[in-house]
Amino acid sequence: MDSTDVIYNGLKEAGINFIVSVPCANLKKLLELIDEDDDIRHVPVTREEEGFGICAGAYMGGMKPAILMQNSGLGNSINVLTSLMKLYNFPVLMIISHRGTFGEGICGQVPMSKATTKILDSMDFIYEKINYPNESTDKIKKAWNLASITEEPIALLFEISYWSRSVE
Amino acid sequence: MKRYDAIKKIVEGLTDELIISNIGIPSKELHEIKDTSCNFYMLGSMGMATPIGLGLSLALEEKEDDRKIIVIDGDGSVLMNFGELITVYAQDASNLIIALIDNEAYGSTGSQKTYSSLINMSNIARSIGYKEVYYIDAKDSVDDIDMSKYLNKKGPMILHIKVNAGNSDAPNIKYTPSQIKNRFIKEINK
Repeated sequence: MDSTDVIYNGLKEAGINFIVSVPCANLKKLLELIDEDDDIRHVPVTREEEGFGICAGAYMGGMKPAILMQNSGLGNSINVLTSLMKLYNFPVLMIISHRGTFGEGICGQVPMSKATTKILDSMDFIYEKINYPNESTDKIKKAWNLASITEEPIALLFEISYWSRSVE
Repeated sequence: MKRYDAIKKIVEGLTDELIISNIGIPSKELHEIKDTSCNFYMLGSMGMATPIGLGLSLALEEKEDDRKIIVIDGDGSVLMNFGELITVYAQDASNLIIALIDNEAYGSTGSQKTYSSLINMSNIARSIGYKEVYYIDAKDSVDDIDMSKYLNKKGPMILHIKVNAGNSDAPNIKYTPSQIKNRFIKEINK
């Protein structure tokens, strides 16, 4: 059981059955687990923005949607998040690999990293940073539950240091 | 013929199909022509009509619900989010029809020209791999927009409908976004 397995377990326990994604190196194993799972419809997308539109449609069709992406994808999606997801009250669980945090080796990831929580704040989104794998399963379940009762998008941010931590 | 005439002809040929309509005047025109709970009017996010249709199409597929989904999209919106055509194709959304009403203009903002007059969107769709692409020149007549010819084919399908630019004076939509969403979901769950 590692830091990815506990996220996967959380998605399963939350009943998430529809996932759109744009990959991140830190999401590699999670994407593989989802691809192997016949009970989850996985839709890789060309850009995160369209992913949110797809999630909105899937939700109306009765699915429980989540998006897996880097925090850069948040920047690609600001209008759809406000003018579609917020406007109509569509829930979606965002599993975000928060790049550009301590341990990052690529300078290009840093400016968006710094903007990430400010963007979420300015959109008045509920979000939480998950620091330890032990928290993941429970917090994912709670996040989806809150998203579905409030019908709004909720973000969970997984920083770089998260992935190498072990499950205790 | 303009977008209004094309939308009118499309909905004349439909019964219980679910419609996702594009931002701005296209949604207002659909709302004026035929307002039913089968319509989802997308009010705020340009380029997202087709992705919403795709998500719904895949969800219905999971439930083995074979109702068709018609997206009323436009050239400016598809150009804004071109990757959607690839995702729809790659996901092989068999119950999805994209009615791409191409007036070579950003109609809702004053009919500024798009780049669509310089390219051939049908050929682009074919080169992506779409098997069902139909070009309909509706500038003089909408007679060829005969939905009965298309509804029984396996999608994903692109109906590329060329019309002249120009808007009707259709009034604003009388529902809130939540009302639009909730009655649409109720219709889907029927």
